[in-house]
Amino acid sequence: MVSNPANARQPSEIELGRRAFRTQQSRKSVAISFASTLVFAIVLWFGVVNTPGWDLVQRSFFNLEVLQGAWPRVFEGLLLNIRVLLFAAVGVLILALLLATIRTLKGAIFFPLRVLATAYTDLFRGMPLIIVLYIVGFGIPGLGAFPRMPLEFWGTIALILTYSAYVAEVFRAGIESVHPSQRLAARSLGLSYGTTLRKIVMPQAIRKVTPALMNDFIAMQKDVGLISVLGAVDAVRAAQIETAQAFNFTPYVLAGLLFVLLALPMIRLTDWYTARLREREQMGSLV
Amino acid sequence: MTATPTLRLENIHKQFHHTPVLSGIDLDVHQGDVVALIGASGSGKSTLLRCINLLEQLDDGQIWLSGDDISVPHINQDRVRSRIGVVFQALNLFPHLSVLDNVTLASKMILKKSKKEASENGMSLLEQVGLAAKAHDYPDRLSGGQQQRVALVRAIATNPDLLLLDEITSALDPQLVGEVLDLVRTLAHEGTTIVMATHEMAFAREVADTVVFLDGGVVCESGSAAEVLDTPREQRTKEFLHRFRGNLS
Repeated sequence: MVSNPANARQPSEIELGRRAFRTQQSRKSVAISFASTLVFAIVLWFGVVNTPGWDLVQRSFFNLEVLQGAWPRVFEGLLLNIRVLLFAAVGVLILALLLATIRTLKGAIFFPLRVLATAYTDLFRGMPLIIVLYIVGFGIPGLGAFPRMPLEFWGTIALILTYSAYVAEVFRAGIESVHPSQRLAARSLGLSYGTTLRKIVMPQAIRKVTPALMNDFIAMQKDVGLISVLGAVDAVRAAQIETAQAFNFTPYVLAGLLFVLLALPMIRLTDWYTARLREREQMGSLV
Repeated sequence: MTATPTLRLENIHKQFHHTPVLSGIDLDVHQGDVVALIGASGSGKSTLLRCINLLEQLDDGQIWLSGDDISVPHINQDRVRSRIGVVFQALNLFPHLSVLDNVTLASKMILKKSKKEASENGMSLLEQVGLAAKAHDYPDRLSGGQQQRVALVRAIATNPDLLLLDEITSALDPQLVGEVLDLVRTLAHEGTTIVMATHEMAFAREVADTVVFLDGGVVCESGSAAEVLDTPREQRTKEFLHRFRGNLS
């Protein structure tokens, strides 16, 4: 970097004093937050450990031996959850984009399509996921029209059906939040409706709704565990089996912790991305 | 000059991402003065106003408001800002509040005035600017000029020591500029201390006691309106004014 005169300039005594004061203030607040965290943790620990039933709870929820025994099966179940999650995420993105595009189409010709898409989002946003899982998982194979598929396949379909309804609405909000003048500018350059949507509107819309989409992804990450109601041996189902064998709830705690670990990277990424967006929009102002 | 200036800037420095914007600004504004900041876009007029209102943290220098150093780091920033009225370029009345509520919000929340007292004060101010009939309308029912006049009333409703105006007519249609400038002129004649960034040279010449030309992050030239605008001494001032008039004709 080229050195410029402003960088070379020596700050005045007053400014140096202010900087020293600010450094001191921030050190002080770090120390205070550290101390208060420590005190809070100690109080919480003693508060829990000193309850009359703690020994029993510790034995049946936080048992190391049971945890070790359950680990292989629960971990294998989690791998199934991750597979389902990845397929469902891709499916949701495609179906949701399609639905959102249909719902924002203008013109009388598309009326039936718009009605269908609206009815779809109404239906699947209103219906509890667990009921969709039962209907899709037990009903569709019952038709006998499809080859035998594993249970997790139908679970994935049910997740896609439900979540694409939510995500489509997020996309639609994004599309409608792009200022109309952007469309006008693109169309007046001679771009077609489709090209305008693809090259101008969608990139801006997706950037705007990315934090909301990431949040939906995190929600789906744990709802993947619901495919266990169909009998697919995922982490939750595996924990259930282990719990029944050991008469101990530790496998559930293990499965829960694994789901949290799975979600953490995405949660942190969402926070980071949201903070970056905010920084850009506020132009670094203090208030 | 012996009286304490309402605003004193000393050696103000501010840079963004290693780009210096203000490089040592000194300025005194006395009670009742009207100071016009002129300069090209990007010359630091808005940044300077934002620094005065503590919206930006200084890189160096000091700011005194009526004798109080407001650049010390432990200052109560909200208290300082309540002593300074600001009107921005963009229309920024609160859209969910009526005109009267916009005007009286700060009086009620910060000066802790009763609702009745704040409303009476607000209504009398709105009457003075001819907007009493609009008191219970919402901002989206008003023209841009009316909105900026309400914004001015909102800024002075708490009797601030100082009024900062940041190109308040730049976002308006030309035919609406006049009514806003008329109100600023009235405020200036009533003795309000004003620092305004402006591109309205004719207006600056008419109401400003002092015109300050900013260029390259420093005060390039300052003096009475006639001195700076009609008989500039500095080459850069001449070039700026020449280009400016060129754009207008």
